[in-house]
Amino acid sequence: MFPIVQARFLSPDVKQFRIEAPRIARKRKAGQFVIVRLHEYGERIPLTISDSDESDGTITLVVQGIGKTTRLMNQLEAGDAVLDLVGPLGEPSHVDRFGTVVVIGGGVGTAIAYPTAVAMKQAGNRVISILGARTAELLILEQEVRATSDELHLLTDDGSRGERGFVTQKLQELLDGGTEVNLVLAIGPVPMMKAVADVTRPRAIKTIVSLNPIMVDGTGMCGGCRVQVGGASKFACVDGPEFDAHAVDFQILMQRNSLYKEQERAALARFEADPTPDREHVAHCHLEQQHPAAGPRAGVREGGECRG
Amino acid sequence: MAEPLKPKERVKIPRQAMPEQPALARAHNFQEVNLGLQVVAAEHEAQRCLTCSDPKCVQGCPVGVKIRDFVELVLSGDYLQAAAKIREDNILPAVTGRVCPQENQCEGACVLGNRFSPLAIGNLERFVADYERATGQVGLPTLAPPTGKKVAIVGSGPAGLSCAGDLAIQGHKVTVFEALHEIGGVLLYGIPEFRLPKDIVRQEVDNMRKLGIDFQTNVVIGKTVTVDELFDEEGFHAVFVATGAGLPRFLNLPGEHLGGVYSANEFLTRVNLMKAYDPSHYDEPIYDCRGRNVAVVGGGNTAMDAIRSALRLGAKNAYVIYRRGEEEMPARREELHHAQDEGVQFLTLHNPIEFLGDARGYLRAVRLTRMALGEPDASGRRSSAPVPDSEFELPLDVVIIAVGTGANPLVQSTTPDLRLNKWGYIIADEESLRTSKRGVFAGGDIVSGSATVILAMGAGRKAARSIHQFLCDGAW
Ligand SMILES: Cc1cc2nc3c(=O)[nH]c(=O)nc-3n(C[C@H](O)[C@H](O)[C@H](O)COP(=O)(O)OP(=O)(O)OC[C@H]3O[C@@H](n4cnc5c(N)ncnc54)[C@H](O)[C@@H]3O)c2cc1C
Ligand SMILES: Cc1cc2nc3c(=O)[nH]c(=O)nc-3n(C[C@H](O)[C@H](O)[C@H](O)COP(=O)(O)OP(=O)(O)OC[C@H]3O[C@@H](n4cnc5c(N)ncnc54)[C@H](O)[C@@H]3O)c2cc1C
Ligand code: FES
Repeated sequence: MFPIVQARFLSPDVKQFRIEAPRIARKRKAGQFVIVRLHEYGERIPLTISDSDESDGTITLVVQGIGKTTRLMNQLEAGDAVLDLVGPLGEPSHVDRFGTVVVIGGGVGTAIAYPTAVAMKQAGNRVISILGARTAELLILEQEVRATSDELHLLTDDGSRGERGFVTQKLQELLDGGTEVNLVLAIGPVPMMKAVADVTRPRAIKTIVSLNPIMVDGTGMCGGCRVQVGGASKFACVDGPEFDAHAVDFQILMQRNSLYKEQERAALARFEADPTPDREHVAHCHLEQQHPAAGPRAGVREGGECRG
Repeated sequence: MAEPLKPKERVKIPRQAMPEQPALARAHNFQEVNLGLQVVAAEHEAQRCLTCSDPKCVQGCPVGVKIRDFVELVLSGDYLQAAAKIREDNILPAVTGRVCPQENQCEGACVLGNRFSPLAIGNLERFVADYERATGQVGLPTLAPPTGKKVAIVGSGPAGLSCAGDLAIQGHKVTVFEALHEIGGVLLYGIPEFRLPKDIVRQEVDNMRKLGIDFQTNVVIGKTVTVDELFDEEGFHAVFVATGAGLPRFLNLPGEHLGGVYSANEFLTRVNLMKAYDPSHYDEPIYDCRGRNVAVVGGGNTAMDAIRSALRLGAKNAYVIYRRGEEEMPARREELHHAQDEGVQFLTLHNPIEFLGDARGYLRAVRLTRMALGEPDASGRRSSAPVPDSEFELPLDVVIIAVGTGANPLVQSTTPDLRLNKWGYIIADEESLRTSKRGVFAGGDIVSGSATVILAMGAGRKAARSIHQFLCDGAW
């Protein structure tokens, strides 16, 4: 049982959680993720560790409500608890002193790219961030990313904030303008990552993407997360999730990600019609003290123990 | 209580059949196939035992269960004592009674089998274990006084569980770390409900909790905590690695990324651990098999479990594709027969060479070649080779790959001083189960490669003895 100690919306569909998981908080590195199961009847879904605080034993997750499980999660508040949470999984981002690093975040991808941007900055790189979203209210973590970037570009499809246009246009513009870029990190919807790869490929700029295939265990045990990279089959949960964008077969990724479309749609419809049963399955924790003053174990569950 | 009979009379009693759910009904539900012997049948069966002075069955058992003694206790109607007798050597009788390959072990060695059918030892084992469970009177052993020593068990399959149980009895403080969210290893995520009801595994685990064992799920050793940290930061005095052979193998054929192509691990995990067979209650999805053509590639227990699960999920046609003949199939005979009775179609001497998809990236067919048997290979099984110009397409919506598994690498890759063999399995001394790293022991599938529940359990017990010794004298 993993108590949620803080929850707040960053945008209408995106919520940020701080959850107690001391072992993971101590261990995790940028680029790693956890697998979450909200309640006994729930599925296992991967979520990137956006931040962590070793001193109070919490990790931060940022969740975009797109289907049943993520929308249920986004209804949870401080004092609720996540039943299962395992990690940190996956290989950490390869962080080094590359020179100039362009970090591109699309939608919730910004939250996934953020920890790596921080690590890149700390490693002495010049970080240029490009954040994109459909419209102003969907832009997230702007302040946080600004604080870790030497340059920040905001783009919205409708021009309601920053410049109007797509992140790839901005990237192209920078490159055409002569900005020397040593590494590009692009995280967002698959079509965006594919488009970025197409921009950097002719210039042979090393480009890293974080892939989001459907996962089950997250430990290399099922092979459901396999992706084609450079013609070889890789398990994103143990070999990734970051891969060389120029070698990834995005077409296969998109096809595999739509395998359960029908079931997902049905599950979401059932949930939207009546969220009560699911909400009743979620456990609650008393938060004994106001966080973060609380000790390493702030939550005690009725009839059970909350363990991080 | 049943009368002991003269040997001549004993052999006249036919082997008592295991009552089963009718094949056509059970092919559509996930309830257990075998219903268990009734008391009268169990008594009759026990009467068949020749009570040999030198019981071959005991030698045939990998952990030396005192079979003759427990069968005699069945004869005298002392079922709880019979269960306790089995538990002296085997802590999971309700499990092994259901899943052991008895035909190669105890029953294979039974002298009755020379002229008649062997004694149904597995069914009797299950009978007494179920009786014990039903009464709720599982005799919990008395624990030795606390030794103050802490042992970490990595992995909660049969090897980890049996080691944990034995060490707790000896007074050590045992913590079991499991990567998944439930305890049981393959017993839970691999072997389906219709062959091994999960309540049985849960009840055994609850019994072990009563011994004071701490079960921690959601901990991946090598990721959440490393083996070195278990010693240095969490204060453990010994570690037993029992992580199993969970890495799925694929065939590396064209089209393996298509939608509808699963590893058996993924398919079975979705069905068993995540309960995808019960979509009205559980969220984890699985490819809709209803009215579809489904095949499994492989001939072991895993293949049978996967295809019989697919049948229960509503497959119209369920095929087993196996490159050798039926004789060569490694699955338990009972599973093979159950699959046949339920309507699974066997394409033995066939091998896939390519998976074919449609425009959306979904599987639509498999290209097969016929095979012919040749000489026995290194494993003693006859090898097989493709028959030239025999290829054809079989329309398929789902194919499940069950051609074996490899070592789970997460512990090894983060514990550099563990010596491995060339396949990545951990090298451990056969008797002491010590690895190359002081204080670290290993056993079960992670040492032997994929084997059996009973062998994994045996390894767990062996490790417990050796760990106890180490904790007492510190010698390495
Ligand atoms: C390594 C990794 C890190 C991720 N990090 C984040 C993150 O930080 N924040 C965030 O909001 N999202 C993240 N995702 C995506 C997130 O896991 C999915 O959005 C979520 O699983 C959708 O579940 P659902 O029930 O809400 O939606 P559904 O309606 O079930 O699915 C919507 C889509 O999500 C994907 N999806 C469904 N089930 C799974 C699954 N079990 N595993 C992976 N993808 C699935 C599929 O593409 C599907 O079409 C990450 C994915 C991966 C692989
Ligand atoms: C589908 C299927 C059917 C089978 N049918 C039979 C049968 O009928 N009869 C029979 O005798 N045998 C059968 N077997 C084989 C038998 O189940 C195995 O030999 C046995 O379970 C091995 O036990 P184990 O304890 O070594 O490992 P496992 O049972 O594999 O357990 C290992 C556990 O360790 C966990 N783990 C792995 N890595 C880590 C880590 N880094 N940190 C924490 N935990 C970790 C895993 O999640 C798993 O729970 C079958 C196997 C399968 C897959
Ligand atoms: S999620 Fe199962 S192997 Fe990656």
